[in-house]
Amino acid sequence: MTIIILEIQIILTPLVSPLCAGVINKIKARLQNRKGASIFQPYRDLWKLLHKDEIISRDASWIFRIAPFIVFSITLLIGASIPLFTSFLTNTLTGDMLLIVYALAIGTFFLALGGLDIGSAFGGFGSSREMTLSALAEGGFIFSLLTIALINGTTNIFAIANADIFLHGKYLFPTLLAFGGFLVVLLAETARFPYDNPATHLELTMIHEAMILEYSGKKLALMEWASFNKLLSFNKLFIFLALWVNLFFPIGLAYTPGVITISMGIIIFMIKIFLGVLLIALLESSMAKFRFFRLPDLLLISFILNAIAIGLIR
Amino acid sequence: MLEIITSPISFFILLSLFFVGAIGSLLLRKDDDSANIWSNFFAIAGSLWGLLFSVATIISEHTAAFLVNGSPFPLLSFSFNIDLLSAFFIFIISLIALFCSIYAVGYVRHYYQKYNIGALGFFYNFFILGILLVLTASNGIFFLIGWEIMSVASFFMVIYDRDDQENVKAGFLYLVMTYIGTAFIVVAFLLLYKFIGSFDFVTIKSGVALLPIGAKNIIFLAALIGFGVKAGIIPLHIWLPAAHPAAPSHISALMSGVMIKTGIFMMMRLFLDILQPIPIWWGIVVLIIGIISSLLGVLYALTEHDIKRLLAYHSIENIGIILLGLGSALIFSSLSMPALAFLSLVAALFHTLNHAIFKSLLFLGAGSVINQMHTRNMEEYGGLIKYMPQTAFFFLIGSMAISALPPFNGFFSEWLTFQSLFQGIAILDSSMRWLFILAVGALAFTGGLALACFVKAFGSIFLARPRSTEVTHAKESPRSMLIGMGALAMLSFLFGIFSSQTVSLLEKIGRSFDVLQKIPETILVSNSQGLMIENSFSSVSGLTFLLSLVGALIVVAIIIDLIINRSQKIKIGATWDCGTDLNPRMEITSTGFARSIVVIFKGILKPSIQHTIDYSDSESRYLPRTRTVSLGVGDVYKSYFYQPILTMITSLSMRVKNIQSGNTNIYVLYILIALLVSLFSIL
Amino acid sequence: MFKLFLKIFKTPSNIIPLQNKDSDQAGIVAVGKKIENKVKKLFRGSLTIRQIDAGSDNACEQELVALSNSFYDIERFGIHFVASPRHADMLLVTGPVTRNMAEAVKRAYEATPEPKIVVAVGDDAIDGGIFKDSYAVLGGVDSVLSVNYQIPGNPPTPKKILFSLLNILENLDKKPVILK
Repeated sequence: MTIIILEIQIILTPLVSPLCAGVINKIKARLQNRKGASIFQPYRDLWKLLHKDEIISRDASWIFRIAPFIVFSITLLIGASIPLFTSFLTNTLTGDMLLIVYALAIGTFFLALGGLDIGSAFGGFGSSREMTLSALAEGGFIFSLLTIALINGTTNIFAIANADIFLHGKYLFPTLLAFGGFLVVLLAETARFPYDNPATHLELTMIHEAMILEYSGKKLALMEWASFNKLLSFNKLFIFLALWVNLFFPIGLAYTPGVITISMGIIIFMIKIFLGVLLIALLESSMAKFRFFRLPDLLLISFILNAIAIGLIR
Repeated sequence: MLEIITSPISFFILLSLFFVGAIGSLLLRKDDDSANIWSNFFAIAGSLWGLLFSVATIISEHTAAFLVNGSPFPLLSFSFNIDLLSAFFIFIISLIALFCSIYAVGYVRHYYQKYNIGALGFFYNFFILGILLVLTASNGIFFLIGWEIMSVASFFMVIYDRDDQENVKAGFLYLVMTYIGTAFIVVAFLLLYKFIGSFDFVTIKSGVALLPIGAKNIIFLAALIGFGVKAGIIPLHIWLPAAHPAAPSHISALMSGVMIKTGIFMMMRLFLDILQPIPIWWGIVVLIIGIISSLLGVLYALTEHDIKRLLAYHSIENIGIILLGLGSALIFSSLSMPALAFLSLVAALFHTLNHAIFKSLLFLGAGSVINQMHTRNMEEYGGLIKYMPQTAFFFLIGSMAISALPPFNGFFSEWLTFQSLFQGIAILDSSMRWLFILAVGALAFTGGLALACFVKAFGSIFLARPRSTEVTHAKESPRSMLIGMGALAMLSFLFGIFSSQTVSLLEKIGRSFDVLQKIPETILVSNSQGLMIENSFSSVSGLTFLLSLVGALIVVAIIIDLIINRSQKIKIGATWDCGTDLNPRMEITSTGFARSIVVIFKGILKPSIQHTIDYSDSESRYLPRTRTVSLGVGDVYKSYFYQPILTMITSLSMRVKNIQSGNTNIYVLYILIALLVSLFSIL
Repeated sequence: MFKLFLKIFKTPSNIIPLQNKDSDQAGIVAVGKKIENKVKKLFRGSLTIRQIDAGSDNACEQELVALSNSFYDIERFGIHFVASPRHADMLLVTGPVTRNMAEAVKRAYEATPEPKIVVAVGDDAIDGGIFKDSYAVLGGVDSVLSVNYQIPGNPPTPKKILFSLLNILENLDKKPVILK
């Protein structure tokens, strides 16, 4: 039984993440009064990309070739290391919140290097902007996770999800603040509005897309999938913050192994993901992309919100 | 067996190996090759012996304190005290010196026929000798002798490449700042002598209760400034970005990796060991200095396009991180929380070791690149990964280690520092909490900005297309340089994977401090699985992470490459250039890469832009011929800190000069007044 | 923000459905190398298009842009436009290839990975159109690239372009697409 649960835990992230991206696009299309692609479109895109040939630039080195694999494997690993639908699994080895933050930084590092490797102007300034935003977002990211960690007395993410305490009233407000701060960082790291327009064609407005302009075929498939994975793994952290607020906690996660509880866990997890995705799609449809130099202000706001949240604990 | 290795005789063998290396190198100065081989051979032998010595001492905990008779002065006694902390730092210097000497065998060939290799070998061995004396001296004056040897030897090596006037100016600045620091250290020691009556560290430690609180605070400030100059804290850092680039690269690696740590060593020795118990504001000051140094260090690093200056600023940043650990250790020790102080101290010690390793690796890599390119300007590099693949790989490992990416060693020491700060936030009350929250914020931002800086550095140097024709003439470095760098890269990796074993050794060193003896429970558990903080607050395992990442990579690679679409063809084509020709000017430059961050932080960095336009016809200025844009970063320290001090000293001197009127009658009047005053004071 | 969402929900849907009988509006002309069936099967679910303007008078571009609006909505068929030829499966070339753009079009073609389809949209792209025999143009895309399909029209309406694309993918042949 545990084997099955472990296997589900490992493959759930790459399996479900294209669906999330598809749902976001569908909701956005509906809000734009179009019909939009089906929610399974990203799966078809990935399948097609895996079957195309590749052209690699003459100037690229082995870093360009290895970067998609590293970025994808990191998101796979992180997706398997965080609580998705169960709370009884323990992971004291790779479940630490700082390890998650810095492991995602490995992905960003190689993504940026891949963008620089080709020697075109777009990859260069895409990497520059990505690193600027990532450097500033890291403060807010660590702080929002720290708030939850301090409330629960542990930085192990599985232990946080498993903790048995109910939310006291005094922890509600800091959690909400951390929730808001984390939302800002999530949008930054997953290259969504107002930081980046994932569907833009103008290189001058690209941040994440600029770095992958030169990839094709299988490597492009891995890069796109990894960015969906990042969205999903961020969503999850997003969601388990939400779970504390909603007091969904008793029915949210499966306490004990058992087919009923596991499937309930997965279903409720999907519902929570859908709510998060709906929120992101609504946000994307109602605001424009900010000017680049307004974005650090936004990240600073996230940082300050989280710092206040930490100060309010106790 | 261990007794013999850790005995005083063995320590003297260690010292004499370096001494023989120095003298022999000077005697062989006529022949470049043999001087090079002799000095580096003895440096390697001495480093190996030092490694053996220090590891044996740490494992067996067999400390030694001994005295060599025959000093000509009563106050100076050649007394050594090799306890676990000294042994740890001897370990660090031996490790780094070993690989730098191996590297130097190939690197110094670059200087043949230009300068005197024998002199370089002489100063190099004396430099290491001086550091060893600094680390083990137990008498204030003897310590100062070692300090002087270290400083003077490094000065001569900084100005070694004296054809470039900039290097000579940098050396001069370094000398002046070092002596200012030494002056403050002398003041501290003299004050200690005045109240306790001895220069001997052991005596001072037992007599620390004799110090009045005012004098203790002044000693703290003097020692902080004195050792801070050596460590490179902001605002006393101005010599570091000038001196480290000027020296030959293996010397820069030693200076950056080890010499600035001697400042940290003495701070640990004085504040945590000798001068205990200490008031809490000492720890607060050190923590605040750590916050400022780490943030400003990395911000200035981002503005640099000279590769060695960039690495020098990163040393300042990492000293800031070490001071964060040390400052929180001091705070916890004054609040009588020895367990948390222990945790912070272990974090600081681990980061000292890790920084020495990856910073030396980076400097050695930079040295290889500069050797081939004959310029330190990163804007002229590019695409070197195709010409120097091994150097690029080692530099990549160094970059990943310094940006605290798992599974390399930088991540684990920053993790420990974070944990000690988290514990501070969790346990302390409101006003101290905000300080620790600020410290966590500084550390988080520093990590992110360091990552950005090394993407810029690695990308500008090694990736994309060459930006100048020099690059196409570059060749891979000779084998000894590759061995030196490769070994350090391997160490960086191993210390990351086996961080738990390393930390358990470091715990021994932490427990050797008197103030940390009474630790109630084990706060830090490092077992074969990984590191764990008390009450399962956090735990991390490097080995598991590495294995799962490699496993995931292999699985993904097999599935994607071999199973899906085996018939895929990969073509090599030109970069997509939108239909125009790409020339090297179109790639991003390192200045351009960091420009966004510089603009965001313009309040701190104060960037400036100057345009100069040269017109074809200067009267009717219509057709510009050339336009020059100069980007600069404001030198805040010079204008707000050093310049006022200089102006004050100069104006004070001008006023005092009035005493020298040149009139002998006035001088006789002065003698009369002095006589009268002394007569009255005796009465 | 709430006024925005209120407005969104009040606007009626105005998407143009596809009827089977409209399929003969598609007047594509297949030239050159025929695209194999298995490649078409690969692209049926997802097709990415890179649009290249080889010196056109932007009439065709207006019509191509209209394909992404809420009336024609090309995305519902899994087709979308991308920013780089490296990501593209199909190159839609418009305009008579001017001398200045000849090299660029060739490079864009070489930058697209196999398998790929080249479609010339508009009379200008087919043989020069209204710019035929001018000194500044090379006269049609097939003078620089090997074109697989042509969509005639000056400019072709978005409906025609849409049906032609679907026809190229043989969607309409295989199963009727009736959308309400």
